[in-house]
Amino acid sequence: MVSQKLKLTVLACALGITAAGGALAQANVVKIDGSSTVYPITEAVAEEFQKSEKNAIKVTVGISGTGGGFKKFCRGEIDISDASRPILKKEMEACTAAGIKYFELPVAFDALTVVINPKNSFIKQMTVAELKKLWEPTAQGKVMRWNQVNPAWPDQPVKLFGAGADSGTFDYFTEAIVGKSKSSRGDYTASEDDNVLVQGVTQDVNAIGYFGFAYYAENTGKLRSVPVVNPRGQAVAPSMENVINGSYEPLSRPIFIYVNEKSYLRPEVQKFVAYYMKHGAKMSREVKYVPLPEKAYTGNLDHLKKGKLGTVFGGVAEVGITIDELLTREAKL
Amino acid sequence: MMPQEVSEIRMLIARHKRWDVVFGILGLVCLALGLMTFVTLFVDMLLDGYNRLTPEFFTSFPSRRSGQAGILSAWIGTTLVMLVTAVVAVPLGVAAGIYLEEYAPSNWVTHIIEINISNLAGVPSIVYGLLALGLFVYEFGLGQSIATAGLTLALLILPVVIVATREAIRAIPGAIREAAYALGATKWQVVQGHILPYSTGGILTGVIIGMARAIGETAPIITVGALTFIAFLPPSPVGSEFPFLSFEWLMSPFTVMPIQIFNWTSRPDPAFQANAAAAGFILVFMTLAMNGLAIWLRLRIRRNIKW
Repeated sequence: MVSQKLKLTVLACALGITAAGGALAQANVVKIDGSSTVYPITEAVAEEFQKSEKNAIKVTVGISGTGGGFKKFCRGEIDISDASRPILKKEMEACTAAGIKYFELPVAFDALTVVINPKNSFIKQMTVAELKKLWEPTAQGKVMRWNQVNPAWPDQPVKLFGAGADSGTFDYFTEAIVGKSKSSRGDYTASEDDNVLVQGVTQDVNAIGYFGFAYYAENTGKLRSVPVVNPRGQAVAPSMENVINGSYEPLSRPIFIYVNEKSYLRPEVQKFVAYYMKHGAKMSREVKYVPLPEKAYTGNLDHLKKGKLGTVFGGVAEVGITIDELLTREAKL
Repeated sequence: MMPQEVSEIRMLIARHKRWDVVFGILGLVCLALGLMTFVTLFVDMLLDGYNRLTPEFFTSFPSRRSGQAGILSAWIGTTLVMLVTAVVAVPLGVAAGIYLEEYAPSNWVTHIIEINISNLAGVPSIVYGLLALGLFVYEFGLGQSIATAGLTLALLILPVVIVATREAIRAIPGAIREAAYALGATKWQVVQGHILPYSTGGILTGVIIGMARAIGETAPIITVGALTFIAFLPPSPVGSEFPFLSFEWLMSPFTVMPIQIFNWTSRPDPAFQANAAAAGFILVFMTLAMNGLAIWLRLRIRRNIKW
């Protein structure tokens, strides 16, 4: 018992001492958190960066979702926030209230992919209106069969699989399809873990789901992607080329990192961000995302150098932005 | 005795023996079901992850390439977090259990406390995570550190440790306590000399059940902010300069095995599933090793008890 008491006292002292030492120890750490969609790219960059720096600079990456990441970002807990959509008004206000300014750096494009079971014989393409009919909040408990969406389709039950409500993917999909962010029916299988969705669609002929392109690209044998009719009336399948040429609309989306202005004063954060911009394109391609053209990354570096803060999206979750439009807009900042 | 009666009694005995056999078989089936589930899971993980169980797997950091990714930061993180959990939960839980059994007056306040402790064991772990986020991370300023995670899991298993301690103490024959008091021992002397040594075996069992639960927890650890990608280790607890012991690791960012496994299962690239299986196998093995340690301790302590 005596030794246990001693241990407790030692622990209490240790906690006290290290609480003070903790701030010191973290000085050399670049802290990143946020979207699970952006995670693969950031992880790849972090891995290579640490190797190139011979582990002198430490990088940590967490996955709290885009919303969760911005919460931490606007409390000043992290240096960089991974985001699969632009920062929203509420989050901008939270950041302003905490006196946190930021650089907005687009790092890649993603194609949100609508997938069905390969055995599904009746869906050749879908329009945004059809997807809306299926996913809007009023469809809950009502639109349960395929022929309710399109009379030409069979009288079979619909099985829905989609992103969980904390993810930027959910925000973007609802905005692009339903027209209002976070507005969706609730009676579907929701998961933050996209492999659960992949499994679900693989196992049910009548299933339909949506998630980021990378999950489709790794499972092309088990899933079929649905060409979505774009505003110009063409049905376009998700692919790298179709995102780059801007024809895959409205489900292609830019993804970002947000860098805290104060953190950027620290040399290790500067080095990391520079490394990110230099190797971002290569890393994106490696983890199955669509890289931006070279001038986008140099443009980002230019913004950092000239201290151009803030967002070009005004806190609104816009949809259907092509790479070209994004670049034009970023250039005006 | 009438011959008819004898045959009736024989039938009765035969019937009861049949029931005996039936129950024996039923019990065996239940045991087999439980074991088979575990063995299937274990073998399945081993088969899936066998190719990944190389020495490099233990000495590599996470990576985007499944073949190079390892569990170094995860298994060290889990070990350190469990260490903090044990150091905090065991003394607190055992002391609380002893107090409730030996010292506390038997009144309604004690009863309410007792009922609440039992109920706490059923609170979902995410609730502990939320509590810890508010209390340890922000209020105490411990941040997203090993200390926070260890304290959170300690809270989580505290009810289990307390309840186990009390059960173990209750199993000690009253005569021993009475004999000690009769010889003029104080309460503390009784606890120190008899209650604690005799109940250690039962307490250890409770600690193991608690620790086994804690080692697999993901939700509260994610809530308090464990990381997914971390390619460096906490500072070493043993230094070359005075005072040789450092507690800086307590404040270090970390990841744990269940989070690493979760991350790998949710990767798009199916090759990561093998990594997840291998890591799952290691996690079960770590739990088994912990159990083994407790069983060994228990046997050693039992040898010294002479009643």
